This record gives sequence, structure tokens and C-alpha cells, in this order.
Amino acid sequence: MMTQEREKNDSSYKTHAAEIRSIKDLTSDIRYFKLRFLDRSIIHEDYRPGQFAVMSIPGVGEAVFSISSPPTRKDFIEFGIRKVGSFTDAVYKLKQGDVVDIRGPYGNGFNLEALKGRDLIIVSGGLGAVPLRSVLLYIEDRREEYDQVFFLNGARTPADMLFRLDFIAMEQRGIIETHLSVDKDDTGEWPYNEGVVTTLFPKIADRIVSEKTTAIICGPPIMYKFVIQDLLKLKIPKDQILMTLERRMKCGQGHCGHCAVEGRYTCLEGPVFTYYDVQRIKELI
Amino acid sequence: MSKDKFPELIELIKTRGKLYGPVKGNGKYSFEEITDFKELDFNYQRTVIGPKKFLTPPKYPVLRFGKEGTEEVLEQDETKIIIGVHPCDIHGINILDRLFLANIKDPYYAKRRENLIIIGHSCLPDENCLCQSTGTDIVEDGFDLFLTELKDFYLIWVGSNKGLSLVIDAGELFTEDISQEDIQEYVKWQQQRSNMFQSKIPYFKYMADIIHLNYDSPVWDQFGEKCLSCGTCSIVCPTCNCFNVDDKILMNAEEGVRERMLDSCTLPFYSMVAGDHDFRPKRTDRLKLYYTHKLKEYIGRWGQPSCVGCGRCVTFCPVNINVLTVSEALFWQVCEKKEDCNL
Repeated sequence: MMTQEREKNDSSYKTHAAEIRSIKDLTSDIRYFKLRFLDRSIIHEDYRPGQFAVMSIPGVGEAVFSISSPPTRKDFIEFGIRKVGSFTDAVYKLKQGDVVDIRGPYGNGFNLEALKGRDLIIVSGGLGAVPLRSVLLYIEDRREEYDQVFFLNGARTPADMLFRLDFIAMEQRGIIETHLSVDKDDTGEWPYNEGVVTTLFPKIADRIVSEKTTAIICGPPIMYKFVIQDLLKLKIPKDQILMTLERRMKCGQGHCGHCAVEGRYTCLEGPVFTYYDVQRIKELI
Repeated sequence: MSKDKFPELIELIKTRGKLYGPVKGNGKYSFEEITDFKELDFNYQRTVIGPKKFLTPPKYPVLRFGKEGTEEVLEQDETKIIIGVHPCDIHGINILDRLFLANIKDPYYAKRRENLIIIGHSCLPDENCLCQSTGTDIVEDGFDLFLTELKDFYLIWVGSNKGLSLVIDAGELFTEDISQEDIQEYVKWQQQRSNMFQSKIPYFKYMADIIHLNYDSPVWDQFGEKCLSCGTCSIVCPTCNCFNVDDKILMNAEEGVRERMLDSCTLPFYSMVAGDHDFRPKRTDRLKLYYTHKLKEYIGRWGQPSCVGCGRCVTFCPVNINVLTVSEALFWQVCEKKEDCNL
């Protein structure tokens, strides 16, 4: 990814051409794209998990996507993209070898550097796995910097589960204690937990040390409600519950106004907020 | 500067670039290109659209693309001078500067701003002017020169190096010896002007708290019910800057432009994300964002509201939703008895 500290004379809208190196369907409507910048000198390690980038296809437009790969794995940048509108229709027509323009990174992201030495509970549901995958891989690569790390992932069915093979491999590697769940197993072959993601909490509850734990969550709005209840029961402080939120974004630079919540620009002050922020700032969830 | 020197000043200013100033047409004022000083009409209260049109035009290209690749479109280097800008509009430009330049620098705005010379002009309020209440009736920075028109002469403030260079080049047009009487005349004029304001929002400094207390107030629904979602308030507001971005393909199907255009948070779909989830489906939601952003959140961030009291929303909203009526309605929600509120 591009450097945070942009070149002084560079326009803040400067994009970098990136080639699609591989494409794979994660579910029936979410597709994974792995890209590499044509200019290999562009450094990839200078961003935070939870930040996002803007993809541009001239003639179609621009759209904002969470970066799904971690800054610790260089050379590539990955996205998980759901087909929901005119821009993503165009993205789905792209083939290996096609080139798109990328600018960014934007947003605050998760400051994992500041969480060194702490315990982490990472909870993702549905599409929330896209940005949190960046967090997970980052932590796997720097596992010694953190104490206990738990990952709880929920999906509707095995077929709806994003990064299914990746996460099963993660569970088997055991670097991060991984618990996987589906709301409903319609295959009869699902080897893990069945039930909403909060049914995984009993598996870790007795080992949580509330004063040294930070929770990182991302998922559909309904999931926040129940997961936060469980985290509060575990006495995780409100300002240690971190969540990443969605808003309409265009510019990524706090100028175009669309992502404003009251008067805060989600693209600058977010998309990562604490539960404390969410309670204080009306409209956030 | 004595008033009879004014045409000479205009000639001097015109050597610096293209001159724009307030001109009357169809019963309304607007900033138009000036070739002769006689076209200028300083006896105006407000233009329909303020000088923001020089900095964030309603629509402009930002990127051109074609077979050869893409290219950023920046405004060409050409100095524009706007004369006759009132204090409220200069405050408006200061607010836009903060937004577009203080954090991440917007290249399109920055280029236009660098090439703009602002010459302010004093004014007298009409029944819709609110700048006294918003604290923007006097301006101390953001202009290159500021002209205060008194009986026989102009008092001139210099606000920047560009302004200073004009003063130096003006040579004997300006006199430096300002007498005690001149200052007295100015003070008297200021006092007279202060007494001319008819519209006031005496509790304006408490608006952040008033809005906070009114989050669930029925007032928002009452205004939402009336609001036409037409976006006029945003078009005319000197601090509304939201924009949308859209790609257009030319008829040859090989080239196109990416355009930025003014947007408004009061328009439908403003907060809709891919997948058609709309964070603000109701007019009430969007109107609340408009006023919460301007009168509450902006204070938290910059210590002042992003309303400069120009009175344009008061003048132009077709259904009388404006900073005055909204503030008033919200105020009376939290203060039931006038005698308790100690205005």
C-alpha cells in the first residue's frame, strides 16, 4: 500500500495502478481479489488493519473497500467484494491480468501496535470477516506481541462462511484460538459449533481477564447488539470494545460529507469506533 | 482612500487578473465578471450564491480518461479577484479553507484558492441578516484587502501579502494619515450598523447544547414534514460543500470525465450505501444532520458554528425552514417560560 506520509507534491487523489493476480469466489455473492501494484516500489506494510482503500475504474466510478490482507504480508493487497451495485457489477467483470486504480489507505483502522501485551477477543459475523481477516493475519504474524488471542466467527450456513478454508486452517494451526460457528448447518457435515456467534462465548468465558482484554468486532448490526451484551457481561470496558462501522463514503478524506455522523467524518475518525463512542455519538449504530 | 479615486483602484486591481464583483440582474445579485467599474453595485445585501462558486463550483471535472490513460484536471493558473465580499462570506471562505486545506489538502480547492484575491467590502444589514448573532459581522482575516465605505472615503484594511503588494503599487491612491475624526466617523458608523440588525438569535451561543437536548424533539418531525428536500439551503449556504462524484463517458465511448458536483445532505439517498441500505431515509433525519452538523458538531471541532449568518437560507428556503426558525423552535422546546430563560 501507499505510504501514509504522502509525498508533499502528490495530489491526495493520486492513484496507483494495480493488477489483478487472482480471483476466487468466497461465497455465492462475495468474491476475493488479490492485486499487486504495477509499481513494485510502492510499499505495502504501512497501513493498519481496518483501514480501507478506494478502487477506481475510469468510466464506472470509485468505491470504498476494506483491505482484507495484513500489512505484514507484503507484495499483495486483497479485497473481499460483495456484488451489490453498479460499481461492483463492473468489478465482477474484471479478469485476472486486468488493471484497476487504487488510492488510500484511509480511515483510522485498528491501532494494534497500542494493544501489544493485551488479550484480544476478535468476533466477526458474515461480511465482517473481510476487514477482520487483516487483523487476524497480522496477529498470527506477530503472535508473540500479544497474550491470549481468541477468534470467534459466525456465519449463516457453511456455504455463507467467508474464508472458510482459511479459517479452518487457522483453527488447525492453533496460533490463534479459533472457534467457528454457523447459525444453521444445512449440510450435516459441519464439524464445528452450530448456533449464533454468541453461543461460542462459554468456550472462552472462564479465561477472560477483563482488565487486560480488548474486543474487536465487526458484523451485521444485529450481531453488535448481542455480542456487546456478552462482552459487557465479561466486564470488558466500553472503551476496549472496538468496532468498525459502515457509512457511505466517496472521497475518503473528510471533504465530500457523505459519511458524516452528526459532524464527524467516519472516513477520518472511523471506521473504527469504541462502544463508548457509539453510546455517546447518536446515530452511530 | 478618497472615494473619487475608486475607478483608479479598479484599474489597478484589474492588472492583477480577472475581476468579479456584485452585479444586479433579474432583481437578484450575483458575482459576475467586471469590465467597467460602473457595473459594480455595492449596495447589495447578499448574492444568491456566495463566492464559494469560485472555489467549489457547482460542477467541475477532476479527472479525464481515455485510451492514453487518466489525467487529473486542475484549474489553470489564472488569478481571479472578487471585490465586494461581505464579512459573512469571508467567514464562509475561512470555513471552507479549514475543511479543504487544514487536514488533507484538496488539490482542486487548493489551486482555486491560491489564485483568488479577495477584496472585502462593508455592508449594512437587512431584516434577514443574522451575522451579529453568529459573531461574523466583523472579519479580521481571510481577505487580501477590506474596504469600509464611509461618507467621503474608504478605510482600507490590509489582510495579506497580496493585499500589501496592491497597496504598495497603488502609491498615492492611498493616504496613510488617518485623522482622529476619520476614526471617530468609523466608530460611529460601526455603532449605527450594530443598531440596524432586526433579526437576532440571542441564544445562539448555546445552540450546541440546545441541539443536544433536542435530539428526540418533535420539532425535527415538524420541520421534516414541511421540508421539500429540494437542496436550496445547501446550494445557497456559503459553508455547504458536500459533493458527489460521477463518471461520464463521451459519445465516442472511448473517453470520459470524472466530475464533482455539489450535493446536499437534505436530498434523498444522500446516506445510502451499496445494497440500498439508507442510513437517513426520512427528511427529518437529513434535516437534523444539516442543522446538527452546522450548529453543534462544528463547534465541537473548531470552536464556532459553521453558520455565518448571511441570511440566505432565511431568504431562499421556499418553506421557511432556516437557521432562524429552526433555532427558535428548538430553543422554545427547552425553555418553556420566557422569564426563566433570561435572554
